[in-house]
Amino acid sequence: MPSPFSPLAITACTVTCAAGRGVEAFADALAMRKSGLVENDLGPEPLPCWIGRVPGLETAPLPAAWAEWESRNHRLAWLGLNQDGFRERAQAALARYGAARVALVLGTSTSSIGETEAAYRERDAAGRLPAAQCGRPVHQPHALGAFVQQALGVRGPALTIATACSSSAKVFANAARLLHADLADAAIVGGVDTLCGSVLYGFASLELVSPEPCRPFDVARRGLSLGEAAGFALLERVPVAPAAPRLVGYGESADAHHLSAPHPQGLGAERALDDALARAKLAPAAIDYINLHGTASRHNDAVEAALIARRFPPTTLASSTKGWTGHTLGAAGIVEAVATLIAIARGFVPGTRNSQALDPVCGPQIVLDNRARRVRTALSNSFGFGGNNCCLVFAAGDDA
Amino acid sequence: MRPLEFAVTGIGVWAPECAGWDAARAVLVGGVENAANNTNPQIPPPQPAILPPAERRRAPEAVRLALEVAQQACAMAGCEPRELPHVFASGYGDTAVTDYLCATLARAPRELSPTRFHQSVHNAAAGYWTIATGCMRASSALSAGEHSFAAALLEAALLLGDEAAPVLLAAYDVAAPAALEPLVPCRTPFAVALVLAPAPAPAPRVRLTAPVEPADALARAPTLLHARHRDNPAARSLPLLAALARREPGPVVLAAGAQWGLHLEMQW
Repeated sequence: MPSPFSPLAITACTVTCAAGRGVEAFADALAMRKSGLVENDLGPEPLPCWIGRVPGLETAPLPAAWAEWESRNHRLAWLGLNQDGFRERAQAALARYGAARVALVLGTSTSSIGETEAAYRERDAAGRLPAAQCGRPVHQPHALGAFVQQALGVRGPALTIATACSSSAKVFANAARLLHADLADAAIVGGVDTLCGSVLYGFASLELVSPEPCRPFDVARRGLSLGEAAGFALLERVPVAPAAPRLVGYGESADAHHLSAPHPQGLGAERALDDALARAKLAPAAIDYINLHGTASRHNDAVEAALIARRFPPTTLASSTKGWTGHTLGAAGIVEAVATLIAIARGFVPGTRNSQALDPVCGPQIVLDNRARRVRTALSNSFGFGGNNCCLVFAAGDDA
Repeated sequence: MRPLEFAVTGIGVWAPECAGWDAARAVLVGGVENAANNTNPQIPPPQPAILPPAERRRAPEAVRLALEVAQQACAMAGCEPRELPHVFASGYGDTAVTDYLCATLARAPRELSPTRFHQSVHNAAAGYWTIATGCMRASSALSAGEHSFAAALLEAALLLGDEAAPVLLAAYDVAAPAALEPLVPCRTPFAVALVLAPAPAPAPRVRLTAPVEPADALARAPTLLHARHRDNPAARSLPLLAALARREPGPVVLAAGAQWGLHLEMQW
């Protein structure tokens, strides 16, 4: 059994994805059913699929001071930090607590591997990499954490979690442990992942990519649509902001089954769910909404739908928002944490866009259309390759 | 912060000079002179028995290093591997797979191997471990560049309090393939694993405090291992391993970032 958990306040958050820059834009896109998916136009011979591409990154270089960190991933990180006044909120926390008392935990799956791919494309006849790429700090998993640490001036613990598509959900658990051990007074969490050759051709090689916009939980779903996103949140202790929404629990687990296929009975996912509910001291019936992992892959959706059907009453509503954003991999956890916080703040449950006829394995919990609904407690599921699972529990703050 | 206290009940080490804790301890206790006599350190990469026979040779070297030391540490601790929440850490990840991915994408992207692609996730080693052991506990994979071992040690110590079970930590990095050398500084393979247990245990106890100034304080008499593996993030564990080998109280300071470190004191 996990140790008891003291909730943490989420005092700021932001998201930038194909469906919008900033929380308001994303919330409006969800409310108005406006998807960000477009036909794939990346590379010389684009794979026939749809992608959740963030427009404008190509013409948005990093400020000159950060030039050595140039990469599509860091451009998206920087763009994301500058939405919703998040950078100012983070800097206010650094000023209030001291830079050494603020931790930074970010998730990514592919970091800046797009730069390494580019370096290989530009090799000379002897196979040597271009000199301009050598010695740059971008060619490693922690490049994301290291860049944001420098860009914000964080001096507390800083690390990058890279557990594929659960990465930026697990950052909430890491940050909670750091705060509870009093290693920091505030933690900046989040995740950034960008479209690149590895991701597009890699998922295509596994035959997991849909030729049409993804249709999570649809009986005729044909696979996932890939996307890119950046998102961040600021965690502080509850007395600092009692009205702010809260992280009230998390659960982490492994499938122990297969590197790229889920446990057929969803036992790993269920274990993460059980630990999350135990930390939150909540029964399934207390959950108003679940933002599902719901990638639209045949196996993931079948296993996840069956888990929701057997564990939750019909009064718990559930949906996947990947029809708006695509699967943003290492950023999916934070994007969907923000979608869950939007449901709490705005009092509506987003449906499951693009899907028309639910797979019969789905229970009454999964909704296709948006619904007005008071949401006080909500879950967000994130599952990754390697059989890595994380379930987060969020709740509304004290009534103002 | 209150100090974090834990016992180190299991240790695993793999380097080309020493394929286990007993061999590593001999080098670390002997110091420079002993290690200097160790002239041909070319033990081939391990084939961890915990993997099914077909996977022992086929799994990537990074995975084999990680699983070998994890298995050693669990055996020494007398722990059932499936019971342990775990933290895997690597500064640069599986650079052989990175090299394969980038070279294939440059040449013929549609020929990318699905197996190599799913092995490319940073948590591939943790994933192989959970499949080999049946472990369904919390499973993490992190990176903090050259400071990855210290970041993982802190996370493992925190997880120990959070998950109410002993925790396995495994840190590993492989030598970068020739093509990637200009981008990734790691030149040698090195892996280390620790099993951390609640403090009252018949094993060396560690008292961890942070943050402290990141003085690059090596344990007394740095060995040839330090010199050979200075670029390997997992080998940043050597000051702690040296103190454990020599039964020294420390303190050992491990840099955990550019501006802070972990302060470790040992007790027997």
